[in-house]
Amino acid sequence: MAEIKVDVCLETCPVPLVETRKALRKAEAGDIVEVKGTHPASKKEIPMAVRALGLELVDVEEKDGVWILRIRK
Amino acid sequence: MNNKATIVVHSGDMDKLYSALIIANGALSMGMEASLYFTFWGLERLVKGKLEKGALSKMNMLGLGKWMVKRRMKAANVASLEKLLQDLKELGGKIIACEMTMEIMGIKREDLREDLIDEYGAVGAYIQEAKESSITLFI
Repeated sequence: MAEIKVDVCLETCPVPLVETRKALRKAEAGDIVEVKGTHPASKKEIPMAVRALGLELVDVEEKDGVWILRIRK
Repeated sequence: MNNKATIVVHSGDMDKLYSALIIANGALSMGMEASLYFTFWGLERLVKGKLEKGALSKMNMLGLGKWMVKRRMKAANVASLEKLLQDLKELGGKIIACEMTMEIMGIKREDLREDLIDEYGAVGAYIQEAKESSITLFI
């Protein structure tokens, strides 16, 4: 199981969502995709996509305007 | 449930092209399929070298408004239309070019960005896609 990191800090709509999806497509089942970003709407939107894709949101943290989402494929 | 978004891209205005591509990329990112049917002024943007040539739909002011908006977009780190198109293709988005528009405007296949286009079609192609879609938009 690999851990894939996606850094979308300072990127705006729709890049964080799209880059997350691109990474999830390439990941293998069981891999963790960790997305780090700053765009506030994406922090809400990416979990919606995770649900729609039937995947698991493992963890959400946020500090000083930087959020990190961990998704299991 | 129908899990597809189909968008008619009729306008060649820069801002409307952004809307169409952002929505399509959003749909793909959320696990839907997306088909874009490029027709009239929208199709003109798929002519080689013309992607970024669209005006602003409002307050273009002979290009001054567009220049200002592009500057603001750059400052806000908004993705380019080219990146949005490349992402769309990578996520499996489908692009259909309207053959009637090509005929009317004298556009040949080799004039178009053939690297982006999956299919050349007419209204039937759009209806076929739209029938299977839960979201369909005309932009």
